[in-house]
Amino acid sequence: MNETTGIVAAPDPNAVREEMLKIYPPKTRKKRAKQILSNDPEAPPEIAANTRTIPGIISQRGCTYAGCRGVVMGPIYDLLQITHGPVGCGFYAWMTRRNLARLKPGEVNYMQYCMNTDMQEDQIIFGGEKKLRQAIKEAYEIFHPKAIAILATCPVGLIGDDIHTIARQMKEELGINVMAFSCEGYKGVSQSAGHHIANNGVFKNIIGLDDTPDQAEFTMNILGEYNIGGDAWEIDTLLRKCGVHVTSTLSGDVSYDQVKKSHTVQLNGVMCHRSINYIADMMEKKFGIPWIKVNFIGAEAAKKTLRKIARFFDSKKLTDRVEEVIMREMLALKPVQDEIWARCQGKTAALFVGGSRAHHYQELFRDIGMETVSAGYEFAHRDDYEGRRVLPTIKVDADSRNIEELHVEPDPARFKPTRTPEQMAALEAGGFSFRDYQGMMAEMKKQTLIIDDISHHEIEKLIEIYKPDIIGSGIKDKFVIEKMGVPCKQLHSYDYSGPYAAFTGAANFYREVDRMVNTKIWKFITPIWEKEPQLTASLVHPSRGNGAGKNGESKSWRRPAAAVPAGDPE
Amino acid sequence: MTIPFDNNVTTQTMLEGTTAEIKPREALRINPAKTCQPIGAMYAALGLHGCMPHSHGSQGCCAYHRSALTRHFKEPAIATTSSFTEGASVFGGLANLTQALSNIFTIYNPEIVAVHTTCLSEVIGDDIPMMIRKATEDGTIPNGKYVIHANTPSFVGSHVTGFANMTTAMVRYLAEKRVHRPFQLNLIPGFIDPADIRELKRIVAEMGIRAVVFPDTSGVLDLPQDGRYRMFPHGGATIEDLKSTGESTSTIALGHFTSHPAATELDEKCGVGCAFLELPIGMTETDRFIHALRNYGNVDVPATIGEERGRLLDAMSDMHQYFHKKRVAVAGDPDHVIALTQFLSDLDMKPAYVITGSPGNHFEQRVRDILKDQAPEAVVKQNADLFALHQWIKNAPVDLIIGNTYCKYIARAEKIPFVRFGFPVLDRMGHRYFPCVGYMGALRLMEKMNDAMLDHKDRECADEYFELIQ
Repeated sequence: MNETTGIVAAPDPNAVREEMLKIYPPKTRKKRAKQILSNDPEAPPEIAANTRTIPGIISQRGCTYAGCRGVVMGPIYDLLQITHGPVGCGFYAWMTRRNLARLKPGEVNYMQYCMNTDMQEDQIIFGGEKKLRQAIKEAYEIFHPKAIAILATCPVGLIGDDIHTIARQMKEELGINVMAFSCEGYKGVSQSAGHHIANNGVFKNIIGLDDTPDQAEFTMNILGEYNIGGDAWEIDTLLRKCGVHVTSTLSGDVSYDQVKKSHTVQLNGVMCHRSINYIADMMEKKFGIPWIKVNFIGAEAAKKTLRKIARFFDSKKLTDRVEEVIMREMLALKPVQDEIWARCQGKTAALFVGGSRAHHYQELFRDIGMETVSAGYEFAHRDDYEGRRVLPTIKVDADSRNIEELHVEPDPARFKPTRTPEQMAALEAGGFSFRDYQGMMAEMKKQTLIIDDISHHEIEKLIEIYKPDIIGSGIKDKFVIEKMGVPCKQLHSYDYSGPYAAFTGAANFYREVDRMVNTKIWKFITPIWEKEPQLTASLVHPSRGNGAGKNGESKSWRRPAAAVPAGDPE
Repeated sequence: MTIPFDNNVTTQTMLEGTTAEIKPREALRINPAKTCQPIGAMYAALGLHGCMPHSHGSQGCCAYHRSALTRHFKEPAIATTSSFTEGASVFGGLANLTQALSNIFTIYNPEIVAVHTTCLSEVIGDDIPMMIRKATEDGTIPNGKYVIHANTPSFVGSHVTGFANMTTAMVRYLAEKRVHRPFQLNLIPGFIDPADIRELKRIVAEMGIRAVVFPDTSGVLDLPQDGRYRMFPHGGATIEDLKSTGESTSTIALGHFTSHPAATELDEKCGVGCAFLELPIGMTETDRFIHALRNYGNVDVPATIGEERGRLLDAMSDMHQYFHKKRVAVAGDPDHVIALTQFLSDLDMKPAYVITGSPGNHFEQRVRDILKDQAPEAVVKQNADLFALHQWIKNAPVDLIIGNTYCKYIARAEKIPFVRFGFPVLDRMGHRYFPCVGYMGALRLMEKMNDAMLDHKDRECADEYFELIQ
């Protein structure tokens, strides 16, 4: 700390990078060097995101199945989902993501169920198709669901079970929608491939099945919002106050029927760009629905997003309502924000999570005067760091090429752009941007440290050097970080608190961060006897009761001599 | 943080698809009471000092297992993975494993790496011993460091099998045939929590016995907060401990499914005789454990242990009226459930449904044998699932459910008292600190069962039956 200014000198990101890299074997060092960068918001450097995970390095990443089943498909609560494979994958995806759902009478919440084919050695050798077929029949007989999804695990692709043909045949046989997802865990380089596969499947098999629009003046979908801890409900409530109706939230507290008609809206708002931009693009191409990037995480971000939505709909009534709602929400939020700002400002955070949260949550910290000194995604691509302008320059490698890119044409009957090209051009001329995401780097300060797919070793080094006041991460790192005396907020599950979205959620987050960075708990780590030198001189109370020990010495309480205040009557 | 409790909710949405009508089911597993082998292997490997568990397959397996273990223990569960891509799945995982070992030893420097397979590497038939041999020859594994492996295909057995396989691999790779030394025992505690292992070690020390305990996750997955993170903390059985198992006079192995295979291997390899016991959960099984320690350790049972037992027995008689003939549903891992069923029988309770998700006929034979006088009508089933259990409960309810956290949905749907027990427990903290083994553990289990049933009564009974004293 500079004695005169009181400003803590920020570590030199390039020196930190060298320190992180130096232990690595040459091959590993070469690869990681492209994923650890000093930021420049004006000219974001190229980052080697969405590349293979290095074996043995200890990464946060999961697999394609997790991205497909766990993230995107899981929250469609009344879609019965059967995992085809050995028991484990289905078991680990069972209620471990925190997508809340509120059901309407008569609906069944299949998120509470883990259904799988519990594949055994026999099926590995002789094929699992027969068992899968039988499992689908049994699921139908027992539950009579509206639709069934089949999700593949690693062995399925290897032994060559044709789940798509089975889905087609069972669809005919049962007379309900049955769809299959080839989301084997070994595909792609992270769960990101699974998001893409799920996007494709939802688009091909569900979206567009029901052309009945919800009756409302302004309709939109929220895409890439998973209702962790009730976030989607906060967003939904906020938009309803403004007069905007949300038809479908993909995927959070959403029913199969809602997804079927998600193509009937006027606008798509994309929260998590990484996991859902594919559907947004495909819906625009096929049905003419424009999409914009939205962010309801943080008060400032939520304000901007509401105003952006109002500008899109171009209605005086809506614009006035939005301003009124913002004013009312801020009236309630401001006192909380001010109170917590006073206790948190100047503290630092580091965020290593997901494909959007490491960016979005910086807004919430900024709201209370906290700076994000280092951040990175677990599974995002270059466009999520550097902005969509780099999309044409991203090289498609072998791992990405294995993930199907759907070719989408305008639907002959249903392609009805909700805005004419002239209207869109007029908006754009006024600074409005469609299908645009600037990425994380543009909004982070110069010389902050960007780390893609951070390793365990790098987290340890980061804490040693930056000593952030809080880290946002996931379950696998949480207790590593906390063992080092730094509080860690899980940004996948919110540590079972929340919601954090919209203005109401922001207040929850401010309070939660305040609790974590200002708690007494961490101050207990060093006991007094390790802080103060041992004092050899001591007062021995000659006798208290029958405290005399074997050798005549007292067993009773001893008080260090120095601790006796002068003039103590004792 | 405010949690929205909505008292006006009338829609019942708790496992609403589950009905009393039982339709035939051969292929569809619903709400499993088991998971896959590798997680058990990973947990066992964490019970070796300085060990990096390594998952040879897609990185998702490792991520899932670490997450599940972390949620249960609320502690870092460290492991590495070979991070297979599609290419590795076609051409084999040799390059991935070699690169992983190079990174692991360079960056994290463990004493030993314990490799387990996954369904992916099993299906493509990766030969792990060959890969370890190559890595040894080309110097990827530094001198003085160890790499061991266990085959843990997810499509065979369950997480319990994986635990047993990795424990057996420790013996196969590390135990040395040596001259037997008097007064050292081996204790294989099975798939139990660090708090349980800590309690077993306390009992063994109290008895004045020297024992090698493996795998031993105490001091690994129950670390104190002191502001420092250690990837390889002080706990765990050391490589020297494992080598010296061949010197012990005998082995006490707790649990047919988790510990007996390793004990058998040790007997075959090093000629160390073995006492095959159940997990010491409850009165009878703890008695057998203490008795075995006394006989194999050639010691007297100290008065302190007798006092603990006496306190348990006193509580059993004090609380007997609340347990007597109460119908119980038990779900969990086979060794846990076998021992617990014995305890429920000790308490004169009536186990109505006793299931494990893991396959194994021994389970049914053993439980039926325990219940043959007490509750011969009990439904006992291996390779069962929680959906079936729920359906049976809908047809004939029980007074208490004992099982892992997933059972709480059944308990809520059917408004039945519930005690969390086994793996995983994801929503309560006690298991991380307080044991359920030994006499003191039995006391704790009894307290939890009694509290659950009396809390339920206090909440649900008519006002006129709401009483101050029980």
